[in-house]
Amino acid sequence: MAEKLIGTDIAPPDLVAKITGRARYAEDFRADGMAFAKLLLSPMPHARVRRIDAERALSMPGVLGILTADDVPQRDAPAEQCLTNEPVYEGEPILAVAAVDEATAAEAVERIRVDLEPLPFVLDPLESLRPGGADAHVQGNVIVDREWKSLKWTAEEFASAEAAGRLPMGEPTSEWSHGDVDAAFAAADLIVEETIVHQSVTHHPMEPRSNMAFWQNGKLHIFASTQSTARTRAALASALELDLEDIVFVAEYCGGGFGSKISGSTVMQIPALLSRKIGRPVMHRVTRYEENYFGRARPGFQGWVKMGFRADGRMTALDLYLVEEGGAYGSGDFGTAGAVAHLTYTPENVRVRAVSVFTNTPPKAAQRGPGGAQIISMLEPIVDKGARQLGVDRLAIRSLNAPGSDVRFGPRLMGLTSVHAREALELGARTFGWDEKRMLSGRRNGTKVTGVGIGLSPYTAGSRGYDGLMVVRPDGKLHVHQGIGNLGTHSIADTARPAAELLGLSWDQVEIHWGDTSLGVPRSSNQAGSQTTHAHTRANHAAAEDAKRKIQEVAARTLGGAPGDYVLDGGRVFRRGSRGSGMSFADVARRAIELGGHFDGHELPDDIHAETVTAASKVAGQGLVGVAKDNYGGDGAGVYSWVVGFAVVELDTETGVVEVVDYTGATDCGTVIHPRSLGAQVLGGSIQGMGMAMTQRWVFDPKWGVPFAKRLYTARPPGMLDVPLNAQWAAVGIPDPTTPVGAKGIGEPPVGAGAAAITCAVADALGGRCLCRTPLTPDIILTELEGLRKPYSPTATHIG
Amino acid sequence: MIDEVDVNGLPTRSVSRRTFIKGVIAAGATASTAGTLFRASGGGLFAATALQGTAERLLTLNVNGQQRRVDVLPNETLAMTLRYKLGLTGTKLGCDRAECGACTVLVDGVNHYGCSILTHAVRGRSVTTVEGLQDPETGALSPVQQAVLEGGGFQCAFCAPGFLMSMTALVTSTPSFTRDEAASALSGNLCRCGDYNKILDCAMRAGELARSV
Ligand code: FES
Ligand code: FES
Repeated sequence: MAEKLIGTDIAPPDLVAKITGRARYAEDFRADGMAFAKLLLSPMPHARVRRIDAERALSMPGVLGILTADDVPQRDAPAEQCLTNEPVYEGEPILAVAAVDEATAAEAVERIRVDLEPLPFVLDPLESLRPGGADAHVQGNVIVDREWKSLKWTAEEFASAEAAGRLPMGEPTSEWSHGDVDAAFAAADLIVEETIVHQSVTHHPMEPRSNMAFWQNGKLHIFASTQSTARTRAALASALELDLEDIVFVAEYCGGGFGSKISGSTVMQIPALLSRKIGRPVMHRVTRYEENYFGRARPGFQGWVKMGFRADGRMTALDLYLVEEGGAYGSGDFGTAGAVAHLTYTPENVRVRAVSVFTNTPPKAAQRGPGGAQIISMLEPIVDKGARQLGVDRLAIRSLNAPGSDVRFGPRLMGLTSVHAREALELGARTFGWDEKRMLSGRRNGTKVTGVGIGLSPYTAGSRGYDGLMVVRPDGKLHVHQGIGNLGTHSIADTARPAAELLGLSWDQVEIHWGDTSLGVPRSSNQAGSQTTHAHTRANHAAAEDAKRKIQEVAARTLGGAPGDYVLDGGRVFRRGSRGSGMSFADVARRAIELGGHFDGHELPDDIHAETVTAASKVAGQGLVGVAKDNYGGDGAGVYSWVVGFAVVELDTETGVVEVVDYTGATDCGTVIHPRSLGAQVLGGSIQGMGMAMTQRWVFDPKWGVPFAKRLYTARPPGMLDVPLNAQWAAVGIPDPTTPVGAKGIGEPPVGAGAAAITCAVADALGGRCLCRTPLTPDIILTELEGLRKPYSPTATHIG
Repeated sequence: MIDEVDVNGLPTRSVSRRTFIKGVIAAGATASTAGTLFRASGGGLFAATALQGTAERLLTLNVNGQQRRVDVLPNETLAMTLRYKLGLTGTKLGCDRAECGACTVLVDGVNHYGCSILTHAVRGRSVTTVEGLQDPETGALSPVQQAVLEGGGFQCAFCAPGFLMSMTALVTSTPSFTRDEAASALSGNLCRCGDYNKILDCAMRAGELARSV
């Protein structure tokens, strides 16, 4: 029997390259005559470029050229240009200089004089909504029905809310509801109401978004740092108005993206354009300092929530208002935030109102669990407050309110393929030992007090309809062509496993081709929204079914009998029961090439994407080609995975420092393909959530709009000593019935679980007091503990 | 002159702290980061062998057991020399400012941030990078590499070369260690993917493998 490939730990095939230094990330590529680019960044949060004087720079020896906003594709805001004449945040790239080396380019940038006209700016969305408040763009501060608008609320709306210490709630730009929240609140046994603040969090992948590019024979060769491969090439082609096939796109490894490099980044255009202009390869190394500015951040929320409960803990009504910090180019996290809140607690009566306001802060982007992670980390401790007042167990209240597979949620009452949130809660509670550990709540040990928390977090985890492409070559191996990216999730290998298993192969009979579009890559999903595991186990499964049919047909044509008589195992195809006879895959591949037509990829299915047709034509004739679109269906139903986090913290009442001493993450993500990698996603994502809840932040000088907390040490992601060192994980493992493989994605839901388990545990350590803001830095905790007058308002943002 | 140790705590022979600081001040704002910027030596890009530099800039470095001749500017960091002059791109740059550990290399067996050591300061010392971990004769993986391979360590692995060097320093300097001690020894390396539990599993296994050889 061939090896079992689903549910086993197999190191990804690129791991040896990663641990010997041979793995090449974008900044590791070199080209003859390679020049270096440096950027001039806006020193102001909002300004207009009046004049650029670059003469002194361009006359320097070694300087090769300059690229300004006039040289790049023009876009109207909120679409973003890679260089701009109207910077809308401090740190926005205005121009780029190329020189023979980086130090020369940097010196040249220093010699350029840019005459800037300062424009009004705003950092806090509420300040922009105030009467007379500044708009982040000259066109306005919100977009409604694709039109810019300057939205201001009334002085009265601000005054009454501020007097009550509550979020002002004027006219929203988005609103949806089901049922009747007011009637439900009137009938509720308990109402809990809070104003909440969630800060913005920088992505800070370890690898900054460096890129290198050159042009050869009219084609752009680019070496990029990106989460996706095929889709990033497509995005770049459309940004630069090039044909897909005019870009040779190389992205073999990506040092993390977390949503900030989904289809590459805007600055990826700079070396491409600069190289075209100066006629030499251009390397653009992005520094950590620059990464903080244009490397994207999760948007913050200022919000208000009101929950109505029945005496048994059932949530009957949820009313949510979110003001989102949209940053320089806008963001829509409020949409998923509302839907995820509805999904997690399934109140019959729900209302979600929101406004996303442009601000002159660095651009926001999806960050692992966008919207969902923020709202779960904020709402879970408030649910605990309700549970405490009702005398209901915190695990029980989550099970009671969690949905089953029949759920309908969100503005359009979407259904889901499978939901096993309750099973995840039970499994997590067992693994963690909830019954014993909840007894630790409030235990004092010197100055330390223990808190215990649970966070339940769902997020999207799948999509459908992509293509798979693979070739059984005369070397007898299955060569799987992957158009997905290689960002640390191991999906390039793991999504091929069900295909290999279907063909009866062991793992050493499989080769993965990825990271270079010239190899021929099929139409693929973006590596975002935790789709890949679901989408591409399906797509590769479809292509493997196609290959299997063809292998059986080749065997039948060659050896006689009907295709259905043949089985596949260990790299051979043979008649059922006569393993010794039959053909090797190597022979099958050679025979397929002789037969031609659909066997070796010269004839292709009608329904595959045009990109896959191009890719398949590159491999046609190399062997037996399996190529197909994922037609397994299921459209209309959403795919969500769940993670529940359980945490124990020790809060030092003298210093305000919180230590996470124990953590367990349990997930419902369908069939487990690669246990060890799944565990890494669950715990790694949870750790990112812990950083979000505890330490990462943005702090600005309000007078000049300049950020202070801008490096890893001032807005620090968790280090090894900040996290529990014996964390556990577990998976429910119930297959999703709507996919042939049963697997759903996992990347995103852990973040909200890790963050919420901590916000809940800290509230628990404080005797049930929810601070209702993040980050929970020691000074914020101490201010609360000492009962001091807070030096910030309940809605103040960018503090910590 | 500081004869004994330089800013990195390393014995120094050619670069005094004062010379280093003077260089920084003289060239103003750009030069304060210039050591972390790539500057071609002498005859242009990657022309490390076509030397036009002064004799003082010409160094012989011992990297991964080999003597490498290279033209190095006075304010050039070791990470820059390795990556852009010696073709050793395994050493990564995550921050260029001693915040992340992605650039960690060994100098005489001790782990150091390659972004924060001047190349001139390692003259006469032996430098090991991730490319030098395999057995030069057999190509066999080192115990640390073997442990990481068995344990499926790392996600995006951009932090991996740095962690591997810190783990190597740990297992070669400490005969046995606890999980907590390993965590302290590796705490100068940041992993944004948060793969800490798995990395620690690998570190413990590396200790076992190192003891068994
Ligand atoms: S690159 Fe040296 S510590 Fe980050
Ligand atoms: S594995 Fe990605 S930073 Fe460590």
